[in-house]
Parts: sequence; structure tokens; C-alpha cells
Amino acid sequence: MSDDLFRYVLRLADDHLILGQRLGEWCGKAPSLEEDLALANIGLDCLGQARALYAYAGKIEGKGRDEDDLAFLRPEREYCNALLVEQPNRDFAWAIARQFYFSAYMLPFWRAMAKSTDDDLRAIAAKAEKEVAYHLRHSAEWVIRLGDGTEESRRRMIEALEELFIYTGELFEMDAVAHAMVSEGVGVDASALRDEWRRTVDGVLAEAHLTAPEAAYDQSGGREGRHTEHLGHLLSELQYMQRAYPGLEW
Amino acid sequence: MGVVVADALNPSNVRSRRAWDVAAAVPDPEIPVVTLADLGILRSVECDDDGAVTARVTPTYSGCPATQLIEQMVLEALKRDGFDNVRVESVMSPAWTTDWISAEGREKLRDFGIAPPVKASNSIRALFGETAVSCPLCGSEDTERISEFGSTPCKALYRCRTCLEPFDYFKCL
Ligand SMILES: [Zn+2]
Repeated sequence: MSDDLFRYVLRLADDHLILGQRLGEWCGKAPSLEEDLALANIGLDCLGQARALYAYAGKIEGKGRDEDDLAFLRPEREYCNALLVEQPNRDFAWAIARQFYFSAYMLPFWRAMAKSTDDDLRAIAAKAEKEVAYHLRHSAEWVIRLGDGTEESRRRMIEALEELFIYTGELFEMDAVAHAMVSEGVGVDASALRDEWRRTVDGVLAEAHLTAPEAAYDQSGGREGRHTEHLGHLLSELQYMQRAYPGLEW
Repeated sequence: MGVVVADALNPSNVRSRRAWDVAAAVPDPEIPVVTLADLGILRSVECDDDGAVTARVTPTYSGCPATQLIEQMVLEALKRDGFDNVRVESVMSPAWTTDWISAEGREKLRDFGIAPPVKASNSIRALFGETAVSCPLCGSEDTERISEFGSTPCKALYRCRTCLEPFDYFKCL
């Protein structure tokens, strides 16, 4: 039970740390000042959620690892984030599409998690659900603005939505860890969120006069530590300070 | 646990109340016109019979970088007031909501030029719901949202169409 719970919480923490890092990459170079602030703020929310989850994971594991040890000192194969969140910022439309797909999933996820039998997860979820509502609204508005905008913005939005779509199926996968957590009343049945997710996505894309992509196949493996080439590069930047100066504090 | 029994003459109760007053008066580091008590961030302060003080604070937005600073400020304020044995704990549950901001706190925000959160707003549940926010400067309800994300995680940027001034809105959580 406690090993499954550790892995379950760690997955969620990794999703939010990695996405937070990707959002942070926009700091100082977003298309406008408002977007610079928005993406940094959303990144901070993700980071804050990740911190609470890592701290809890460390407590469950009981080996003395704290949030920093878990965030900075694991090799790539031990990260179990979904592949979607590690995908790079090819352009602003990519950042928006990634956020939109993820937030449309996390909103019903946290809503369900807020009924968990686990006190810590319930508390984290109650706050995160309200924050994600803002993230979803922000990204949905941009999907519409770009998708229904100029020829160029539309082309880029369509490309990002299509390219990232193969990573969305993984969000709804249920493996032994997830099933164990659901049967304990702790976790969320992610597969049951797919219809709501699809309705949210379809509704926003219709508003943008876009048609929702269909995936020819689903790319997955992140939960078992099999990542795309992009995570290693992200981690080398994220972990640079602790790798170069072990134990550094400020 | 001093405050459980309401005995005004019990010295640990007196000290608990004193410790509460000290911690409650700590200003928010980002919006110093409001105190931690105004914002509903300070959950409890207890002074046991040995004089050890435990203050409990709750984080606001997950991404709020001020959370640790706030804990540090509570610790320092209590130590400055002569409480030597102080511990500050962070409590996650129940999750903080902007509904816990006191009526006084809301007025202080408005006076400072920040529109207080629209109470018990369910607007964030509707994907594209707009919240009607009145201008803290002229009171007009003819305002528009510039960005949902402002200078700190708790604020959104608005503009008043009547007096044309931009202003911060303390957004609902
Ligand atoms: Zn005005």
C-alpha cells in the first residue's frame, strides 16, 4: 500500500514539476508582458503543487528524502511524469496546446481527488482544483484566439494540437498502481475522465472553428520512466545546480 | 493546550491570547495593508503550560512564493515579543479560500486600490464566466479583465471603463 501510494503521489508531483519547468522557460520571452506573467504564474502554481506532493511523497517513503531530494537528485529513468508535460516549447501555440490538454484533464482529476480518503491528497486537491480552473480558462481562450485568428496563428495552433495529441491517451491509462489506489479510495479512476475531457476539448475547438484531432496511436511509457528525448535535456538544466554543487543551499 | 478551556485567569490562556494578537498583526509581505488575520491565513495560536507557542498558518495559492516568508515573519514577531519557544506549522486542510478574508480585510484591500474577491463566486467553474468586479477607485461596475494573471499569484489585472484606471483584482480561490 505505502509503496503504491508513494509511486502514485510521485507521478503527480513529477507531472507538475516538469510542466512548471517548461512554463518557466517562457519567463522573459513570452509574446507579451501579460503572457509572461501568466505563464510564470501558472508555472508557479504547478511548482507549488509539486512541492506539496513531493513533501508528502517523502513522508510516505520514510527514508528521509525531502522535496528537494526528490525533485533534483533522481536520474531520468526514475521520473514518472506523463510524456505530454515534457514536450518542448516549439512555439507559443505548443505551450498553449500542452497546457490546454493537461488542464482539461487535471480539472476533473482534482475534483475527483478532492473526495479521496487520503487527507493530504484531499487538501492538495481542494486548492489545486480551483487553480487549474484558471489555467484551463487561460489556455482555452488562447486556443480560440489563435485557432480563430490569422492564417498563421491558425496553422500553428492546428499543428500543435495535432502533434501533441498522441501524448494525451497516456493521461487516462490505468496500471496496477493506479488500480490499487482507486480500490483504496485514495486515487482517481483516470479512465473515467476521458469523456469529460473529450467534451471540454471538442467544445473549445468547435468555438475556435477547429476539428478535434484523432490519434492514430497513443504514445506512452512516462509512468514507467521511458521518456522522449526531451526530458533529459530539461533535467540537465533543472538539476544543473545540484549536480555541479551537491548540497548547495541559499 | 491552553485555549481549549476558556479560563480567562489561566496564565497560559492569557499568553495564548497575547501570542495570537502578535501573530495576527503580522502584515502580509506582498500586500502590507492587510494582516495575516485579515486574510484568514493564521489558523490558530496555542501556548502550552511550559510557554511553548505553536502557531498554525495555511498557505494561500499553491504557487505563492511568500508562504515561507510568512512563516518566518510569524516566528520573528513572536520571538521579538518575548516568546522564546516558538514553532510555526503549515496546515493544508481545510484548504484556504478567499471567503476567509474578513470584512475588515476586504475594506482595507479596497482602500489600497485592490478590488476584493467577489464573495462565494462560482464564476471560475464556468469555463468562460466573467466575474463582475467593481472598480476600487470609483466604484463603477463597468470594468474589463486585462489578464487573469497579475503581479502576484493572487491577483488579476483589470481596467475600469469609467475612470479608465487599471487596477488589481484579488481573485477568488
Ligand atoms: Zn473606476
